[in-house]
Amino acid sequence: MPFTNKPQVFNAKINTVELGVGDKKIAIGGENVLPFYTFDAPIENLPKIGVEISDAGVENEVEGIKAFYEGCNTVAERAKKAATMPGADFLAIRFESADPNGENTSVEDCVKVAKEVAEATDMPLVFMGCKNVEKDAQIFTAVADALQGKNILVLSAREEDYKTVAASAGLAYGQKVGAESAVDINLAKQLNVLITQLGVASANVVMNLGSAAAGYGYEYVASTMDRVKAAALSQNDAMLQMPVVTPVSTETWSVKESMASEEDMPEWGSRETRGVDMEVVTAAACLASGSNAVILRHPQSVETISKLIKELA
Amino acid sequence: MALKGLDIFKLTPKTNCKECGNPTCMAFAMKVAQGAIPLEKCPHMGADVIAKLSEATAPPMKVIEVGAGNNAHKLGGETVLFRHEKTLVNKNLFATKLCSCMDDAKIDELLAGVKHVDYERIGERMYCEFLSLDYADNGVDKYVALVKKAMEADRALILNVECPECAKAALEVCKDAKPILNGANASNYEEMNKVATEAGVVLGVKGANLSELFDTVTALEAAGNKNLILDVTGATIKETFANAVQVRRSCLKENNRTFGYPSIVNLTKLCAGDERMQSALASVFTLKYGSIIVMDSMSYAQALPLYGLRQNIFTDPQKPMKVAPGIYPMNGADENAPCMITVDFALTYFVVSGEVERSQKPINFLITDAGGYSVLTAWAAGKLSASSIAKFFEEQDIAGKIKNRTLIIPGKVAVLKGEIEDKLPGWNIVVGTNEAIQIPKFLKDANF
Repeated sequence: MPFTNKPQVFNAKINTVELGVGDKKIAIGGENVLPFYTFDAPIENLPKIGVEISDAGVENEVEGIKAFYEGCNTVAERAKKAATMPGADFLAIRFESADPNGENTSVEDCVKVAKEVAEATDMPLVFMGCKNVEKDAQIFTAVADALQGKNILVLSAREEDYKTVAASAGLAYGQKVGAESAVDINLAKQLNVLITQLGVASANVVMNLGSAAAGYGYEYVASTMDRVKAAALSQNDAMLQMPVVTPVSTETWSVKESMASEEDMPEWGSRETRGVDMEVVTAAACLASGSNAVILRHPQSVETISKLIKELA
Repeated sequence: MALKGLDIFKLTPKTNCKECGNPTCMAFAMKVAQGAIPLEKCPHMGADVIAKLSEATAPPMKVIEVGAGNNAHKLGGETVLFRHEKTLVNKNLFATKLCSCMDDAKIDELLAGVKHVDYERIGERMYCEFLSLDYADNGVDKYVALVKKAMEADRALILNVECPECAKAALEVCKDAKPILNGANASNYEEMNKVATEAGVVLGVKGANLSELFDTVTALEAAGNKNLILDVTGATIKETFANAVQVRRSCLKENNRTFGYPSIVNLTKLCAGDERMQSALASVFTLKYGSIIVMDSMSYAQALPLYGLRQNIFTDPQKPMKVAPGIYPMNGADENAPCMITVDFALTYFVVSGEVERSQKPINFLITDAGGYSVLTAWAAGKLSASSIAKFFEEQDIAGKIKNRTLIIPGKVAVLKGEIEDKLPGWNIVVGTNEAIQIPKFLKDANF
């Protein structure tokens, strides 16, 4: 007796959101099945990989990252180099140094960097802030204005600053908006409702549902994504059908397993390998849970996850 | 499919004798249907009825027990596809591959690796639970020698053998350790079934595709063997993922009992030698339905994120993960270092301890019993209060063990400062930060 698969194809689907312009333009989302369930139905758009580039430089990074960007002195040069990374689909520029408690790089300087990056590469661009709500809102507004027509994504609009960020980037300057919530399906939905009520079309919104490194409360990420995808697909909840973009590297490279030196933890072995594995395992878990795009830092992680996506698709 | 109350009622004596403790047979049947009481509570049920009913009321996915002694493990028994629907029950386990084609030096190196990675994380032992022994068709003696060597490593075993004679010889040596005999397929299952049942071990079943696997399992069940595990490894990564998902889904959603067994996913057949890819796939199969994941090896770099991920996924959503209360000296803290207190919720512990570590300041990190809740929840539930902290100080004899008299409390419970000062005279109570991320700056700026 042959075994027959009962395909679980849903009538609803995840929104398709396009990022960037020209040849390198990408589309994320659009699927009507659970992550990688190609035996139920083909996946509309394969998950995409972004390369994180911090404006704070690579001095504190592991050797493999330093080596990759060797000879690059500016963010724009690193962006140009990152665009050549095998498996990279888009670039995520992070204004880490804009933190008022840190170097406090000015909004004008951030805009200058953003413009240089946009000139140096034709890859789709995502911009991440410094986690300071007021400063991020100013940066996102100014960058969204300066790069009009480039179809960028700003990560992210939060409950505290969505009015500024979503109204400027999403409405005034026609860019894409990432709605960031803290691993909770209700908060995610509420923020999507608020942002769309401002007038931003839901086709211009993606979700950052929050992330966690493997072992650091990842169960909340997994269950939030499982529930969001279930609500979007089986209950046709339009306020949860935005594709999910997950910044992985910012979480995984700051946990003990990736940070501890080899002198402190001799039995753990190479710090670089630990960091890559933490990034790879977390990214693979995010994709299996439903992320439509992940943001990574190490070239080897990008290569591995790109291969994983191709093999599973 | 669980039986309905009415179906069970039809099989009761219908005498309302009340001996089961319920007023009527109908009430009894309803409770059995909900799983509230076992069928055996009724003294008048015939053995045949009980057998018939327990078959029908049993969960679709069986629990399979493998290994013996310290290396005994339970696999399967899941009732839901996603942890938020209820909870996942038996965590997936990992195996390192050895082969009769390897020379002694290689085997010793791999066994040393297995022994090396063995540590504890939040009360759970993290190590590679299985050795998966491949037979390279190079002579029964070689394989038996490999089995003997593997038995010294104190791990549960998987025998990947499709030749019945070789399986028999290997089981002579190791059957008391209750290994998994992973070797039945469409052409040899009758003989392999005999070997496995005689030795009393779990039989692993393979198929060229899911239909063939289904047919072989059906035949084995008809022959009376329900002590099985399904090797769902396919020709490609894509096929293997499809197999793992479809087997589990058809069992739990369509009540396909033929596929109601745990699974083996052998990554060494899908991407041999590619350690990073194995990390990525092990992550995917931890979330999606691999019960035993076989890898070339398990280094610390792989173990740290994979075991952490598994611990996360297999926690019961209704029970928060807790760390043991006590004093955790950090950054080389001695009795002269200040104290910093927080709750026993594992996530709080990890986030706060990570930031304290980043500060590089010696701190005696105190974890108090707060029922596994986060700071604000514990405070609201009355599980983190001045009295609970005072009690914790007394029980752990903090004042006797630590000379420094500064205690930093979480910024979110600043309101407790006065009360704690009253309960702990002689201590300088300092209100810490609201968020963990502010801790390094706070500790660097302060002077205790």
